[in-house]
Amino acid sequence: MSTRESILAAVLKNQPPASPLPDLSFLKGNRPDVVATYQAVFTSIGGSVFVVDDLAAVNARLRENFDPTKRLVTTLPDLGEPFEVLSKTADPRTFNDVELAVIEAQLAVAENGAVWLPEQRMGQRIIPYICQHLAVVVLSETIVPTLHEAYAQIGVGDYGFGAFIGGPSKTADIEQALVMGAHGPITMSVFILTTN
Amino acid sequence: MEKSTKDHAALAEAFNQDEEHVNWHDGALWWIRQKRDIAAKNIPEWEQLRETASRIKSNVLSNLHDYLLEFEANLTKNGVTVHWAADAEEHNRIVYSILKAKEITQMIKSKSMLTEECHLNEYLIERGIDVINSDLGEYIQQLDNEPPSHIVLPCIHKRKEEIGEIFHEHLGTEKGVSDPTTLTRFARWHLRDAFISRRAALTGVNFAVAETGEYVVCTNEGNADMGAHLSDIQIASMGIEKIIPKKEHLGVFLRLLARSATGQPITIYSSHFKKPRPGQEMHLVLVDLGRSRQLGRPDFRDSLKCIKCGACMNTCPVYRKSGGLSYHNTISGPIGAILAPNLDMKRHADLPFASTLCGSCSNVCPVKINIHDQLYQWRQVIVQEGYAANTKVLGMKAMAWTLSSPGSYSTIGRAGRWVLNNIPFAVNNKFNPWYKQREMPDGPKESFGEWYAKNQGDNGSEKV
Repeated sequence: MSTRESILAAVLKNQPPASPLPDLSFLKGNRPDVVATYQAVFTSIGGSVFVVDDLAAVNARLRENFDPTKRLVTTLPDLGEPFEVLSKTADPRTFNDVELAVIEAQLAVAENGAVWLPEQRMGQRIIPYICQHLAVVVLSETIVPTLHEAYAQIGVGDYGFGAFIGGPSKTADIEQALVMGAHGPITMSVFILTTN
Repeated sequence: MEKSTKDHAALAEAFNQDEEHVNWHDGALWWIRQKRDIAAKNIPEWEQLRETASRIKSNVLSNLHDYLLEFEANLTKNGVTVHWAADAEEHNRIVYSILKAKEITQMIKSKSMLTEECHLNEYLIERGIDVINSDLGEYIQQLDNEPPSHIVLPCIHKRKEEIGEIFHEHLGTEKGVSDPTTLTRFARWHLRDAFISRRAALTGVNFAVAETGEYVVCTNEGNADMGAHLSDIQIASMGIEKIIPKKEHLGVFLRLLARSATGQPITIYSSHFKKPRPGQEMHLVLVDLGRSRQLGRPDFRDSLKCIKCGACMNTCPVYRKSGGLSYHNTISGPIGAILAPNLDMKRHADLPFASTLCGSCSNVCPVKINIHDQLYQWRQVIVQEGYAANTKVLGMKAMAWTLSSPGSYSTIGRAGRWVLNNIPFAVNNKFNPWYKQREMPDGPKESFGEWYAKNQGDNGSEKV
């Protein structure tokens, strides 16, 4: 008998009688103020939030804070200069010198500050991790109260990789002292784009 | 690295030599427990979430066979190569053969308690493959040649000065530097090079979704992603109990995991791996390593519900004051003490006794494992199987004899009180284990039995 068969046989023999799956319908957020909640939670995690009207405002704010002679990449062609629209086919290792990456999330979650990024939104899987600083654009109407609504929208999802990202990379492994920028971005900014 | 032959009590005694350090360790973990409480109280439906998570896991255990087949079929459809391993040796052999086939001699690994259990690093290093642990805490432990002492906070038992010394010795930082930000930055730049240059990356798995064949890896540092997305060969190792049925169940578990672990609303990164990127190979190893046997133990199978948050460790008064390494097992603390005897009852016979049975672990467990009940039940099994330490067996026999005989109970009680009051030095010495870290109390003048006889009438009415 192969290992696979013997493990499966042992599991079948030892598993207890059927126990039904619980109902999840009671799990839903009921928070009318999702934008305000999102801002408060994401700020408390150590991120920065800006509410803006359009991409021009995003561009202006980022120009103030980042050196345009460094490598600034984006998946959003409409963001304009000085951003480089990133190649989806380049070797991922070639992004090691990226100072700032600007990408757009599919949705964001108010209760935990996380944004949902299927790989198509990342441009390349490595982008939101390898950059020194990360900026994410979120349309205000895509913010949901909890993870339950987020997964309801994501569904099975047409992606090979996707991630929730909820703040700058961090560690507290040395004496529980919080340090931003363990391996990934040292800062994360979210731009909430209001469309009205 | 589990080479020690000392038991929990002996190792805890060594840990307790430095009182200031123990107090600091105790406080650091209790602080995390308090952060967990604040996070939990922010969710009005917290208790229902725990109950729901526990029932999802009950369903998983009752239908694991079919879920494993569904998960395997979906992985294959997604282009991931699936491997099955019965034990540590087979797991390690599989990982080695994947690397060998590609002539890879360097791998980067994110946190995975399973590969610690399997001693994968030692196995690969013996065969000429270099492995770097990329989680900062695990990296520090690897440099110091020690296993992790906590499943979420691998070097929680170390002070920053010790870590500064380790960095000085192994990485050449300036002597005396112990600032956490400075040390973290140094590790960041050092490990960047490893991420960029290493062709193979191994990650653990937090949740594996049968319905879609994807698996979720949670980190705060982003180290699992840095390794995986820069690799040509991506390997994931998981215990067969990590399956969940449907994607919507991730909502339940991800809401519970980080809040229970560190009080964060979610880990910074919750990565959903489904298909290899173009040009990349993905492998997943399904490992039994005692899980199917534990599934067949009705009293202990619920231990397999564990989502490895570490909340039971942070709250445990014994863990906080003895340190994770004193459990001489990869998974320490209360949950480790109910998992370990299944793997090797003789070797881990001491662990279920390393508890006060206060029940705090069960109260914070996000999947409602009855940890303290199982600790008690393991004690019965271990004594029946003849694995309890001799002193414990003798002590229990003496206790049983005393308690079953009212005459001897009363005589021994009187003798004990006389000793405490008249010759306290007979018990206030190092030969009495109860005297360690404790002052013996003054003996009461009389026992409750004597007091009762004096103050109550024969008919039960109070004497006035």
